[in-house]
Amino acid sequence: MSAALQTTAQGFLSRYEGLRTQLPGDAAVRDRAAEALRAAGLPSVRQEAWRYTNLRPLADLPFAEPIGPVDGAEALAARLPQIDAPRLVMVNGRMRQDLSRLDVPEGLRVSAFADAPTLADLPADAPMGALNTMLAEDGAMIEATGEAGTLVLASLGTDVAGRAVAFHPRHRIRVASGASLVLLEVSLGQGAYLHNPVFEIDVAEDGLLVHVRLQQESAAAFHLATVFAEVAKDGTYDFFTLNLGARLARCEARARLSGTGAIVYLNGAQMLDGQQLGDITTVVAHDAPACASRQTVKNVLSGHARGVFQGRIDVARVAQKTDGYQMNQALLLSPDAEIDSKPQLQIYADDVKCSHGATVGELDANQLFYLRSRGVPEMEARGILVRAFLSEALDAVADQRLRAVLEDALTARWAEAA
Amino acid sequence: MLKIENLSARVEEKPILKGLTLSVAPGEIHAIMGPNGSGKSTLAHVLSGREGYEVTGGSATYNGVDLLALEPEERAAAGLFLAFQYPVELPGVGNANFLRTALNAIRRAHGEPELDAVQFLKLARAEMKRLAMPDDMLKRNVNVGFSGGEKKRNEILQMAVLKPSLAILDETDSGLDIDALRIVAEGVNAMRGPEFSAIVITHYQRLLDHIVPDFVHVLADGRIQRSGGPELAHELEASGYAGVLSEAEAA
Repeated sequence: MSAALQTTAQGFLSRYEGLRTQLPGDAAVRDRAAEALRAAGLPSVRQEAWRYTNLRPLADLPFAEPIGPVDGAEALAARLPQIDAPRLVMVNGRMRQDLSRLDVPEGLRVSAFADAPTLADLPADAPMGALNTMLAEDGAMIEATGEAGTLVLASLGTDVAGRAVAFHPRHRIRVASGASLVLLEVSLGQGAYLHNPVFEIDVAEDGLLVHVRLQQESAAAFHLATVFAEVAKDGTYDFFTLNLGARLARCEARARLSGTGAIVYLNGAQMLDGQQLGDITTVVAHDAPACASRQTVKNVLSGHARGVFQGRIDVARVAQKTDGYQMNQALLLSPDAEIDSKPQLQIYADDVKCSHGATVGELDANQLFYLRSRGVPEMEARGILVRAFLSEALDAVADQRLRAVLEDALTARWAEAA
Repeated sequence: MLKIENLSARVEEKPILKGLTLSVAPGEIHAIMGPNGSGKSTLAHVLSGREGYEVTGGSATYNGVDLLALEPEERAAAGLFLAFQYPVELPGVGNANFLRTALNAIRRAHGEPELDAVQFLKLARAEMKRLAMPDDMLKRNVNVGFSGGEKKRNEILQMAVLKPSLAILDETDSGLDIDALRIVAEGVNAMRGPEFSAIVITHYQRLLDHIVPDFVHVLADGRIQRSGGPELAHELEASGYAGVLSEAEAA
């Protein structure tokens, strides 16, 4: 860890010392997380799991403390996608009842972490998770016990009086046996901030959780999300992330298939430009027989943008008849754009089907000429081909309402970049 | 009016067009025939602005405008249309959306109002009916999974919708069975009029039985070697390029 990041980690640790007695939940769990952070520090590029994503720029932000009152959250809330569903709105990591609409159906329970905090230890190799455990103040507790419909979970982030802030919401989502929930998670904001959420997700037997993320953080923001999902027998966790915003974003999704017949989808797309860095890291642990995992991640990178995809699939000895598939594709729109793609398959069972692939390319000159020869101006033609490339990734989002939300976000982002 | 004067062009250092001269007046259909490698497709690509072709001499103007200085999309807005010999597949792009985007881009360039989805579909369906194309061709991705004949008909549909004033058909007849050939020819004939001209590039006289040209030119070694009326196509069919070209040399 660089000396500068060391200072940043120290800053978080002293913040914890100051807040320790006021923070909700089990102090022993927080203390252990603080100890881990003190020992390991913030992730460095010397660690294999963080090789391509350098957090050094985080050290340039002096995070203000404590987080003061927030102005202008209503204006940010107005930018949220308008869909007819209950929504839970957090501002700088704290639940805002006044911006939320919690008229939830029977079969769905929603509450604030701060009201009933239950903190559990996270795996030791999750440094951002440790930071979250140490400093989490609030979050969403969501429980689906029947057909729970669609819920929007929104994070609005903003600097406070021009100073950067850091917030670490802790979300817990449980889908009971046979229950189902569609969660649209949106992050957006203004100014400089660090949004470091942790999701603890449990999908019980025959349960279904569709988790669609739309990451539209401010251009000065850092977004470091870690998802821990466990899927029981015949359960399905259907995850999709669309990364459009933030100066540096990492979405690390870890899913464990713990019961026979469980299915996990970890799909995603990112469209980045300028100096943006977007990292999608997945870890799928096949710990039971006859489970399936599917991953398709597509990247569109222009300017000096960098995309990172790290996909690990671990197949335990017991996980016979595993069916795993992983594909990462990148479209580079400028000579200075870069993609780092790293598949990692560790297979200890002998009767499995696992495949992975990666492609990198530019826009097809023939296709571009075909469109232009029909009168379509070059920028518009490029936009059409980029959207066509991404539409295949978006096909993974079966819910037409959510897909439309993602399409609109892509259109707006492309128009903004052009 | 298309005026090509003494046009020379090369591809990767290799000269292909070597001083080609051709004028196409409004309302005229010109057929260009010639052996493989004579420069037929290069002419089509240079006129439509494809990258990779270097113009080394001469000029091409359309209605007085220097065609060679325009971007491909500006040429389309000026009224030029190229029916591709090998239509390009666009996975993830719907045919209807593609066609409407193109039409509206050209309408925008002309200062005309854009068509909404309903107006467009009405127009496209009418043209498709005339071309005996099934409705579902609009719903499919552009040329993806189309048969050879469907791809060529899709080119003609685009032409019918975009209504160019000058169409270049680059071996549109290749790979077509006789029924598809007739449909394609009818599509072109339907456009004929005082405001429409076309250059029909073909190997075979067959297409010219259906699209009867006003002029036939024989292109070989990068230049027009002989010009004549529709009867020249029949002469070519009877005696082959070698026969017709040696006659041109002798004359």
